[in-house]
Amino acid sequence: MATATTSTPTTTSGGGERRDVTPGREKGAAAAAFRTYLGVAIIVIWGLVPFYWMVVTAFRNSAFTFDTTPWPTHVTLDNFRAAFDTSTGNDFGKALVTSLIIGICTTVIGLLVGIFAAYALTRLDFPFKFVILGVILGASMFPGVALLTPLFQLFTNIGWIGTYQALIIPDISFVLPLTIYTLTAFFREMPWELEESARIDGASKSQAFRLIILPLAAPGLFTTAILAFTAAWNEFLLAQQLSGQSIKPVTVAIANFQGTVPHVIPYTAIMAAGTIVTIPLVIMVLLFQRKIVSGLTAGGVKG
Amino acid sequence: MTATSGEAVAETARANQPEPPKKRESLDPGQGRRGLLLVTPTIIMLSVVILYPIVRAIIMSFQKDQQLDPTTGQFVAGGSAGFSNYSDWLLQQCGGVDCPPGTLGAGFYNAVFITFMFTIITVILETILGFWFAMIMNRTFRGRSLLRAAVLIPWAIPTAVTAKLWFFIFAPTGVVNSLFNLHTQWFSAQWPARFAIIIADTWKTTPFMALLILAGLQVISADVYEAAKVDGASAVQRFLHITLPLVRPALMVAILFRTLDVLRMFDLPYIMTHGGGGSGNATTTLSILVVEQIQQGFNSAAALSTITFLIIFLVAFIFVKFLGANVVDKPEAAGRR
Repeated sequence: MATATTSTPTTTSGGGERRDVTPGREKGAAAAAFRTYLGVAIIVIWGLVPFYWMVVTAFRNSAFTFDTTPWPTHVTLDNFRAAFDTSTGNDFGKALVTSLIIGICTTVIGLLVGIFAAYALTRLDFPFKFVILGVILGASMFPGVALLTPLFQLFTNIGWIGTYQALIIPDISFVLPLTIYTLTAFFREMPWELEESARIDGASKSQAFRLIILPLAAPGLFTTAILAFTAAWNEFLLAQQLSGQSIKPVTVAIANFQGTVPHVIPYTAIMAAGTIVTIPLVIMVLLFQRKIVSGLTAGGVKG
Repeated sequence: MTATSGEAVAETARANQPEPPKKRESLDPGQGRRGLLLVTPTIIMLSVVILYPIVRAIIMSFQKDQQLDPTTGQFVAGGSAGFSNYSDWLLQQCGGVDCPPGTLGAGFYNAVFITFMFTIITVILETILGFWFAMIMNRTFRGRSLLRAAVLIPWAIPTAVTAKLWFFIFAPTGVVNSLFNLHTQWFSAQWPARFAIIIADTWKTTPFMALLILAGLQVISADVYEAAKVDGASAVQRFLHITLPLVRPALMVAILFRTLDVLRMFDLPYIMTHGGGGSGNATTTLSILVVEQIQQGFNSAAALSTITFLIIFLVAFIFVKFLGANVVDKPEAAGRR
């Protein structure tokens, strides 16, 4: 019992109940376990089924778009070819590259700038610290639409509509606050005593940072990078207005996806495009789920 | 143990407040300057990408709209408008007369209603479902990683893709109509269109809510429940008198986050119905109205986006005041009220 408790720090009443082996309780425990697994099944269905349906449709021949067979039928790769087909003016492949560039640039800028702010906010005392913290928190909840009008006007005037900078700069407004508060939450949990130990052992401030702190911070930085990239990758409101015909991110490309036949919505090709856009994120989720959850909730619960 | 976990919950919630949780002892005298130096790039960046646009929007909102000069391509300011851009929206005036139905100007209160309607319905649904999800996720430990991956998938899918996915699911001959043997034209009638958007939003963001609540639940020590059980508290009593009060700070933060997020809702209704759905504006949220207004006049759009910002700010302020009151006193005390 003791080992079970220590190995799972989140053990709660459910676990305790199951270990009670008084005969009268046996039945109640079984019912509770059943209810738990029913709940688990519902959550898994909730999360996976609509996604599964997108993937199944993506691989289904477009003549059978509305087939409701729950497993893959009429499997084809045509939809993926259609998604990348440039003759319809979708430029989906190019949009993928555009999104990748926007995502990477935004993430790198966010991390480079944010890491210093997060370090200062966690480790140093300085004037206006809590005003600045408040401003960053406020910024993270800021409605993008309030930025849109002036930016749209400004970018129109200087001819920036449909350029990379017009798509990257506004994204900083939400990626940088997100980076800072996630990093701050991670930094709070770090064993900073080690930095002082290193200093006592004769390391310089920058050596202590490079050799001790940075390696310790790497998982937090990595998680923050994933969250920042995801946020930029998924952005739509600003991109929809500020992108042009040739430079637009995937979210905009998918929202405005055109089929080859007028007035016929190319559902299967859209599902294929959606699958392509989602797969990298899903792979990241599967690989780093624990870290992503801690990053998300660190940012959420701790502000 | 009760006190420790209670404080831990309060601590996490308190960190959300801009007030200082505790002062660190000074490491060295130069850190004040160094701290400011390290946050300077952030301040500069946020000034450029947020402060400048806000100030600019406010200045614009006090100017009259005028057309772009076609010869120079420059925007020619139409002189000072005073508060007329604001009063036009709030009093539904278009050029001195009441806005005719169907114009953007007449759509303001409709957009406010739709935005709050979406906010209230989805936040309530997501809170109840998210709480339930979180309780289940807190209970199991076998298959925990499968659960976590399952809830993260709706979160990871871009909203634009979510919109298209549910657009397909609710298509006239789509899987919802086939499964339930319906012939509903989901996006051609006002409440079905709103319903589809609410379902899509709830699907996408309930997991996020669940994860935030779960983080709050995990801080509660199992010992508290054991003690309550020894004292003969029923499951319902334990939920009402232990779980709810202790998870409340985390829950309030989660609700605040979601509320502010839905108040700026854009992607789902814009992609699924373009703000339409039956009557041309059955799903036009404030954000969609701003985007539509941008095509017709920047300054008026700036006034509208400033109003939107103020509404969201006001809601956030009410929440934080409300939260702040709960964060100051101990969660146990909050539970007794």
